[in-house]
Amino acid sequence: MLDRPMPDRHAPERTMIEIRSVTRSYGAFKALDDCSLAIREGEFFSLLGPSGCGKTTLLRMIAGFDNPTSGTIAVGGQEMVGVPANRRPTNMVFQSYAIFPHLNVEQNVAYGLKRLKLGPAEEKRRVDEVLAMVSLNGLGKRGAHELSGGQRQRVALARALVMRPKVLLLDEPLSALDKKLREQMQVELRRLQQAVGITFILVTHDQYEALAMSDRIAVMFGGRIAQIASPKEIYQRPVNRQVADFLGGMNFVKGEIVEEDGSSITVDTLGFGRITTEKPKVFDRSGGGTTLGIRPERLRVLWDSATAKHEVSGTVVERHYFGEITHLIVEIPGLEKPLSVTETNDFGADDIPVGAPIRLAYDRDALVAMAE
Amino acid sequence: MTAAAEGSPPLASDGIPRRPPLLQSESVQGLALISPTFLYALILLLLPILVVFAHSFWTQNYLTIDHTFTLQNYRAALTEPIYLDLLWRSLFVSLLVSLFTVVLAYPIAYFISFHGGRHKGLWLFLITIPFWTSYLLRVMSWKVILGYNGVLNSGLMGLGLISEPSTALLYNTSAVVITLTHAWAAFAILPIFVSLEKVDRTLIEAAKDLGDGQLRSFLRVTLPLSTPGVISALLIVMIPTVGDYVTPKLVGGKDGVMIANAIQAQFGKAANWPLGAALSVTTMVVVSLMAGAVVFLVRAVARLAR
Repeated sequence: MLDRPMPDRHAPERTMIEIRSVTRSYGAFKALDDCSLAIREGEFFSLLGPSGCGKTTLLRMIAGFDNPTSGTIAVGGQEMVGVPANRRPTNMVFQSYAIFPHLNVEQNVAYGLKRLKLGPAEEKRRVDEVLAMVSLNGLGKRGAHELSGGQRQRVALARALVMRPKVLLLDEPLSALDKKLREQMQVELRRLQQAVGITFILVTHDQYEALAMSDRIAVMFGGRIAQIASPKEIYQRPVNRQVADFLGGMNFVKGEIVEEDGSSITVDTLGFGRITTEKPKVFDRSGGGTTLGIRPERLRVLWDSATAKHEVSGTVVERHYFGEITHLIVEIPGLEKPLSVTETNDFGADDIPVGAPIRLAYDRDALVAMAE
Repeated sequence: MTAAAEGSPPLASDGIPRRPPLLQSESVQGLALISPTFLYALILLLLPILVVFAHSFWTQNYLTIDHTFTLQNYRAALTEPIYLDLLWRSLFVSLLVSLFTVVLAYPIAYFISFHGGRHKGLWLFLITIPFWTSYLLRVMSWKVILGYNGVLNSGLMGLGLISEPSTALLYNTSAVVITLTHAWAAFAILPIFVSLEKVDRTLIEAAKDLGDGQLRSFLRVTLPLSTPGVISALLIVMIPTVGDYVTPKLVGGKDGVMIANAIQAQFGKAANWPLGAALSVTTMVVVSLMAGAVVFLVRAVARLAR
């Protein structure tokens, strides 16, 4: 859709952004602490973390609104530290959208083009093209105050995209929208990114948003990057308990390491028996013991006389109804903490009475080792 | 069950005394709140204006007022060269003063708003310090600065820039403009500061993100968004300065006389209240027209800046 060559999917992946040991200190407080990461060309990359984890600081440094205390940032192979925001090949969609209130939609979108002196015809063509891309055709003459939240978000997106940046930076762009619109925009943003082939960097605190949209995610806590991986790997193989907890729930099961070789460890757990699992680089081995994790949806309710290769049994102590799923809290004899189980309501999980005995099936590879 | 939930339960029956609905309505409460000020304005502003307006259609015979309707005063006000001259000069002076004041006040307001940091309050406080002394005293001190043996003349002579004291500094129109510009500075700084404070800083970041440097982002975002403050500053300074008569009297000399001095003379020594009233009304109308024209012009310029 844009007049720029689509990145060749078969070409060796080139690095678009290279961040090397970036630290940002405010006095004794480190907003960012020795962060390094490389983002590939054409990638949809998310910075995910709770508020105050430094993700927005990092984004603002890529945009040029802030500079690292130490470390370097390169965009498209060019060093960026010290280059002001207006001379960087990046454009930003602000959390508040920052729509110019004294300009209409068209003037907002054309704002950055004016400086390029394209001539009125070409300028209009590019504005119309990008407005069509974000489904705002015909709204060009609307004033900034006559727009809904979703429309403002689209104007902000169009205003940045029309500049054809090498990298588009999105600072929590969907957080101000209601749930339904947010989910719709997630799909649209992802589709748009694949159509234009521009590298997108998304900052978000919403794990579902990051999982749904990204090629890769960097999970951040307290100014440090905890894990960089694909959504699937981050969800299934979180490096530590903090990451596991932040991305959906996780049940933790204590055990003792009985065997360990180069690629796997074998753990005797309470309740789940002997489990052999992939050995991560770093994992919890406090005092010979360790903790394995299993996601609530990897535990399935066993009905009536059904059996499974691996199962645990216990008692339902709490039940919470969520429409399409039910959340059960199940006490297992020998386990320190009750297990959290999510089950779809197709077979009547919402009717299981509190206090009833229950059997749960699981796959052994659903139990993963991670760092404390 | 449903009916009970939907219908509002009768509140009066619970024995709690309620005020009549009229006094509970928000508009009535609002009116009650502003009524003291409103009455004050009515008695001390509207009524005097009406009295002046009425007088402008009458004539005066030494001490008695002849109440027959006449337009003679307006004819005098609009045709006598002396009054037209004074009116034009007053408008010119007030326009110059308001322009200078705003041009000088904008950078100060900008500095406080954007670089004031934690000390914004302190800066604003410092700006009000000159107002601790009387207006007359401030005008008089300009006399000391601009006078024949004044600070400026002796300073320039000390530097060897001039060989004898200049008389061009005091008792003319520029002395009036300088004095008034200084006197009204704070009144221009405050509205501009307020409108700059309201400019969302993210908008300036967005402008820079879209390729604008410091100056361009200022011209395209900050300046247009602060025009309401610029307009109020212009009006706040312009309207009262047209009618100022203390400053022209003290530092204006014979060239610096303004329309208000003539009006004062008609109500005083010349004892021609009706003519004074006609001059006042004429001035009011002309000032309103000029204010409207300035508002229109500034908005047009702001629109061009986009």
